[in-house]
Amino acid sequence: MKNNKAVKLLSAPYIVWAAAFIIIPLLMVFYYGLTNRDGQFTFANVLAIQQTEHFKSLYLALILALISTVICILLAYPLAMILSSLKGKNEHLVVFIFILPMWMNFLLRTMAWQTLLENDGVINTVLQFLHMPKMHIINTPSAIVFGMVYNFLPFMVLPLYNVLNKIDINVINAARDLGANPFQTFIRITLPLSVPGIISGITMVFVPSLTTFVVSEMLGGSKILLIGNVIEQEFTQNSNWNLGSGLSIVLMLFIIISMIMSAIFDKNGEGNTL
Amino acid sequence: MSKHLIDLQNISKSFGNHLVLDEMNLYIRENEFLTLLGPSGCGKTTTLRIIGGFENPDVGKVIFDGKDITRLAPNKRQLNTVFQKYALFTHMTIAENIAFGLRIKKKSKAYIDDKIKYALKLVNLEEYGSRYPESLSGGQQQRVAIARAIVNEPKVLLLDEPLGALDLKLRQDMQYELIRLKKELGITFVYVTHDQEEALTMSDTIVVMNQGYIQQIGTPEMIYNEPENAFVADFIGDSNIISSTMIQDELVEILGVKFPCVDKGFGENKPVDVVIRPEDVELTTDVEKGRIQGVVSHIIFKGVHYEMEVMANGFEWLVHSTSCFPVGEKVGINVDPFNIQIMNKPESEDEEAVGVEE
Ligand SMILES: Nc1ncnc2c1ncn2[C@@H]1O[C@H](COP(=O)(O)OP(=O)(O)OP(=O)(O)O)[C@@H](O)[C@H]1O
Ligand SMILES: [Mg+2]
Repeated sequence: MKNNKAVKLLSAPYIVWAAAFIIIPLLMVFYYGLTNRDGQFTFANVLAIQQTEHFKSLYLALILALISTVICILLAYPLAMILSSLKGKNEHLVVFIFILPMWMNFLLRTMAWQTLLENDGVINTVLQFLHMPKMHIINTPSAIVFGMVYNFLPFMVLPLYNVLNKIDINVINAARDLGANPFQTFIRITLPLSVPGIISGITMVFVPSLTTFVVSEMLGGSKILLIGNVIEQEFTQNSNWNLGSGLSIVLMLFIIISMIMSAIFDKNGEGNTL
Repeated sequence: MSKHLIDLQNISKSFGNHLVLDEMNLYIRENEFLTLLGPSGCGKTTTLRIIGGFENPDVGKVIFDGKDITRLAPNKRQLNTVFQKYALFTHMTIAENIAFGLRIKKKSKAYIDDKIKYALKLVNLEEYGSRYPESLSGGQQQRVAIARAIVNEPKVLLLDEPLGALDLKLRQDMQYELIRLKKELGITFVYVTHDQEEALTMSDTIVVMNQGYIQQIGTPEMIYNEPENAFVADFIGDSNIISSTMIQDELVEILGVKFPCVDKGFGENKPVDVVIRPEDVELTTDVEKGRIQGVVSHIIFKGVHYEMEVMANGFEWLVHSTSCFPVGEKVGINVDPFNIQIMNKPESEDEEAVGVEE
């Protein structure tokens, strides 16, 4: 192992980087979350999640994230199947078109939805023009789900596309050969083989949906508070870093649980794309 | 043994503007072991995929047991395929793989369990039922693919180079296994290989293909002993193919020397191709007794025989012999009239494309 030293030396900058921007902030979150303003150890900040308003915001965030994830799966699966069935030149172009919006700024995209969904926004103007009743979407949970689905859909499509693309066409043919009709082939072969992609897509949509505060703030008005908004407000408006950190630890717990689940189901890392 | 089970009628297939099969006609009889033999890319897999229903021919019909099945979905055909690269279901155990077809057909659990046991035994994998495909060697996976197909008791089994991934010893074992299986189960085999020895060993009928054309159909003996053209002669075993002239019936001029032969009806002074198998070239140290004289230029020991190259009258003769002639030795060459195979030269350009590429 002659290279060991060189490897260590080369990895040094990354270790410094990781320490500065991941480990130290994480330790600080834990420090603040588990102490009170006087610096004494306490579980109070973490247990504050039991307060009705905090609990409600966590509950709502979980529900909306769940709904968004389910909608994403339902939209992304057929899309990914279509993408993976496009062979030849067009395939890369179409995939590229799907990735394209991801390069646009997240805030800009969400702001665009704001103007689209507003009471006097684009959608309602069109509806009015067609003499149809106006829809009240902005500042409702539906608007937030809209924003989440729109923003995170590509993160569901890509891992699904990736696993579907890797399935050998002859494996599908073998199932047909053994008597399975297209539906049976899908249920017994394609779906189980794409589980790693589904799992990795779920994590990649569920985690950012659960923790977002931008989407809920811009499309939900300030009335609908998700756990992300509560934490953000504790840090910025109330300057209560201890409470903010305590609630973050709770949220982290949920993230870790979903990560562990994804690691269990996707042992080979087959769904990884990004 | 006489009924036609499968009839391919006038099948053509192109990918883009690449013509892969051109007006192919072929019938497969019940209980026959038929082998499609040919070089890589000649359209063997495509033919099999058309029979299996994974590819639609552009033109032509596939008749199965008297019924037109050209457009029938693969799951409705009474045949099963062993794919070129196994195509096992990686998320299922070996037993589940084997049970797949039976479960689709909603057989009883007892029946399925029985069949799994029987199939695992048949392919010598009794201990492996609960393992996953990725934990098996290539040869074992291949046997699972065979077991998975035969438990469905198809009328026809399509096998696409099923032994391609195996080493020589295992391949020979599996060849015997397959022949035994076929006898035991009484199913028709359509077998694809590019290994001519395998084809000669196993088949009742061999179909030699090249570039989408059928070159010759016949028993292994016919294909080996009486190749119809230079391509078949060249592809089936080593051979000396020499451009010659048919002087008259039963006399051919090879490299400027007249040889008596047994073929007739080619006309007089007609250009022909002559095929002589290397084991049919007789060498003698009594140089004057040879019809042609030459010098040994190469020798390799091959186990059963020596393989030699002899330079004579501007042609490098390939010779197999149990006796050894050292390099540089002057030798005489003789060929028994029965061992000289005369073939028409390809005439039209179309036929040329079908023929040999040197
Ligand atoms: N789906 C396809 N699209 C385009 N070309 C194809 C397709 N399938 C086969 N071909 C072409 O058709 C020709 C015949 O292919 P085929 O797979 O039948 O050959 P093969 O005889 O089975 O060869 P091998 O011994 O290498 O398996 C090849 O030139 C191949 O490139
Ligand atoms: Mg092939």
